[in-house]
Amino acid sequence: MSKLFEYAPAPESPSIARLKPHYGIFVDGTFRAGRGEAVKTVNPATEEPLAEVAEASAADVDDAVAAARAASEPWAGLPGSVRAKYLFRIARAIQERARELAVLESLDNGKPIRESRDVDVPTAAAHFFYYAGWADKLGYAGFGPNPRPIGVAGQVIPWNFPLLMAAWKIAPALATGNTVVLKPAETTPLTAITLAEIIAECDLPPGVVNVLPGGPAVGQAIVDHPGVDKIAFTGSTAVGKMIQKSVAASGKRLSLELGGKAANIVFDDAALDQAVEGIVNGIFFNQGHVCCAGSRLLVQESIHDEFVAALHDRLATLRLGDPLDKNTDIGAINSAAQLARIRELADSGVAEGADRWSPECALPERGFWFPPTVFTGVSPATRIAREEIFGPVLSVLTFRTPGEAIEKANNTPYGLSAGIWTEKGSRILWMANRLRAGVVWANTFNRFDPTSPFGGYKESGFGREGGRHGLEAYLAH
Amino acid sequence: MPTKPAAAKTKPAGKKTAESDRVAVRKTYKLYIGGAFPRSESGRSYPVSSPDGRLLAHAAQASRKDLREAVVAARKAFGGWSRATAYNRGQILYRIAEMMEGRREQFAAEVAAADGAAIGPALAEVDAAIDRWVWYAGWTDKWAQIAGGSNPVAGPYFNFSLPEPAGVVGVIAPQDSALLAFVSVVAPALATGNSVVVVAAADKPLPAVSLSEAMATSDLPGGVLNLLTGSVSELAPWLASHRDVNCLDLTGVAPPERVALAEAAADNVKRVYAPSPADLAQGFTGEPGTARLAAFTETKTVWHPMGV
Repeated sequence: MSKLFEYAPAPESPSIARLKPHYGIFVDGTFRAGRGEAVKTVNPATEEPLAEVAEASAADVDDAVAAARAASEPWAGLPGSVRAKYLFRIARAIQERARELAVLESLDNGKPIRESRDVDVPTAAAHFFYYAGWADKLGYAGFGPNPRPIGVAGQVIPWNFPLLMAAWKIAPALATGNTVVLKPAETTPLTAITLAEIIAECDLPPGVVNVLPGGPAVGQAIVDHPGVDKIAFTGSTAVGKMIQKSVAASGKRLSLELGGKAANIVFDDAALDQAVEGIVNGIFFNQGHVCCAGSRLLVQESIHDEFVAALHDRLATLRLGDPLDKNTDIGAINSAAQLARIRELADSGVAEGADRWSPECALPERGFWFPPTVFTGVSPATRIAREEIFGPVLSVLTFRTPGEAIEKANNTPYGLSAGIWTEKGSRILWMANRLRAGVVWANTFNRFDPTSPFGGYKESGFGREGGRHGLEAYLAH
Repeated sequence: MPTKPAAAKTKPAGKKTAESDRVAVRKTYKLYIGGAFPRSESGRSYPVSSPDGRLLAHAAQASRKDLREAVVAARKAFGGWSRATAYNRGQILYRIAEMMEGRREQFAAEVAAADGAAIGPALAEVDAAIDRWVWYAGWTDKWAQIAGGSNPVAGPYFNFSLPEPAGVVGVIAPQDSALLAFVSVVAPALATGNSVVVVAAADKPLPAVSLSEAMATSDLPGGVLNLLTGSVSELAPWLASHRDVNCLDLTGVAPPERVALAEAAADNVKRVYAPSPADLAQGFTGEPGTARLAAFTETKTVWHPMGV
C-alpha cells in the first residue's frame, strides 16, 4: 500500500463545547448538585478530566420520580398540538447548538467529530422533529382512536451514542404524553445534561423531563421505583436480563434494546469496493461501539482471499487519533474498562487459534486506544465469533451456499441486525426473509432514520424505537 | 332408519344408552406432539371429572420430557409454517373451523361435561370458537398490511417494515374455559406464523384434546401446534425457562404465580404476554382486537439503496 497522503490537522476547538467545571442533576425543572458521588468525567482521548459531575442518589431518584408523577397528568392533558410545539422547539434548539453539542459529545465519548457532527447530533434533532409531528396525530397511528400515555417512563441509556440515545428515548415518550426520568451513562453524561438545559430553555413544564447522571445503582433505583410505570433500556444483554427479571410481572411495561453480533454477508457477485466500504463502516463506525455493528463478516469462500486483501488495503488508510480532528476516522475507546474488555476478547481470539491482523497504526501515548483489528480463520465456536466485543474488531468467517450463510448468520442468541451484499435482487429478498434480525441492511449498513423502526429479535431485546412502531412502547394497552 | 335424538349425543361417551345396548368405543385422550398423538412418555395419567364429580376420562399427564419434545417439534415446524404464504395459513385456519363445525355436537357435549353446563350455552361456546378461527383465518393476509409499511427515510433508500412471527410461543391456556378461551389464545399465535406449545386447562383439557384431533385433519403441519395436558404448576416453569422458546403467554396463570415464571423467562429475553386481571375480566366473547397478533410478532425493517 502506498504511503498515506499527509493531511494537515483540522481540529475543532474544545472551547466550542463551553465546558463547565461542574455539572449536576436536573429535577423538577431545576439544576442542582446530586446527592450521590461526585465523579470526574474524563476525555477518553487524553485521560484528562473534563468536568466534575455531582451524581444522583437514591433520594434524588425519589425526587425525580415524584416530579415526573406530578407533571404527568397536566402534560398528558395538554392538547397534542401543544406538546408538539415543545418538541419542535427542542429539535430546533438542538440544531442551533449543533456544533457545541458535537464537540461536547466527541470530548466526552471519544468518537470522531465527523460522526458526532454528521450523525449523532443531526439525527437527534431529526428524532425530535419526527415525533413532534406525531403528538397531535396519535389517533391515526393504528393504536386505537384515543391512545393514552403509560405515565412515568424510566429510561436508562448507554455511552455509545449519548445524545442520540437520549433523543430516541425522550422524543417518543413526550410526544405520547409520558413524563421522563432519564439516566445517562456514567462515562458520558455531559450531552444529556446539556439537553436538559435545552429542554429548560424551551420552557417545558417542570418535571416533564428529569435527568439523573449516575452509575448502575441509580439505574437500579429507577427500575425498581414503584412510581415508575415503564422502563426503557438500551445497553448490554446481561443488564437487560437483570432488568427484565426486576420488573417481572410487576405490571411495569418494558422495552429493551440490547446487544448484537450481526453478520455482514458478502456474496461473490457483490460490488466489492462498495462491500468493503460497507464492512468497514459496519464494524469501525464509532470504534465498533455499536450494538448493531457488523462484527461477523461472512464472506463467500470463493472470494475470501481477494476480499480480505481489499479490506486490508482499505483499513491501512483509516486515520486513528484525535477525535476532534475532522480527518479522523477512528477515535478513542470510551473507557479504560471497555478497552480492557476489548483487549481480553481479542487475546482470546489469538488463544483460540484465529489469525489477528491490524494495519500499521501508531496509537497516541495517552488515552484509550485500540487499533482496527481483523481476525481471519475464525471458527464459529470461538468467543470472538459469538460474544459481543463492542470494539473495532472484525471476525471473518466463510460460507459456500446461501443456506449455509443463513444458518451461520442466525446461529447466535442475538438478532439485532444483519447485512447482505449481492447484486442479485431475488437473493437479497430471500436472505432478508430468512435472517432472524430486526434490521436488515442490503448493500448498505448502519443507516439510521427517525422514521425507521429499530430493535431486535431474540436476546437483542424487544420493542421498537423509531417510526410509527416506536410509539407503541409509550402507549397504554 | 330413525335418527338419534340430539340429546343422546350429549351424554358422555361410553355409557350404554337407552336407544342401544351397544358398548360404545371410548376415546383415549392423548397429547399432541409433532403431529402424533402419544401418551405421556412418563406413562402417567390423571382423572378428569365434571364439576359434579362424574369421571370423564383419564387424560395424559405430560412430563418435562414431553414438554421438551414438544418444543423440539415446534422449532422444527417453525421454518415451514412461518414461511408458508399468509394465504395458505388462512386456508388452513379456515379448514380448522370447517373440521370443528362437522364435530360441533361432540365439542358441545365435551364443553358441557367439562363446565357442568347445559347443552345450549355449550353449543354457543363452540360456535363462538369456530367463528374465532374464521376471524383469524381472515387476519393472516391482512396483518402485514396493518402492522407493516414503508418508511420515508431521509435518504436515497427504500425502507420497509413488516411483522414476522417471533418463533416458538409457549402458552398456558386459561383455566376456566375449556374451548373458546383455548382457541382465543392459540389462534392468533398461529395466524401470525408462530408455532405453539400449549398447556391446556388442567381441569378441563378434553375439548382441547379433541380440537387437536380436528387440527390434525386440517392440513396444519405436524409440530405447528403441540398440546400438553397435565399439571400447570409442574409444566409451566420448564416452559418459562426453556431456552428455545421465544415467547410466553401467561394468560392462564394467576397473577401471584406469574412472577417466578416471568423471572425465568428473562433468561433468554422472552416476550411475555400477561393480560391484566381487568382485561381478563372482559372474557373471551367479544371481538379480540389485535393485541394478541402484535404480542407474538417482531418488526423487521429492511433497507436498500436506490440508484442506477
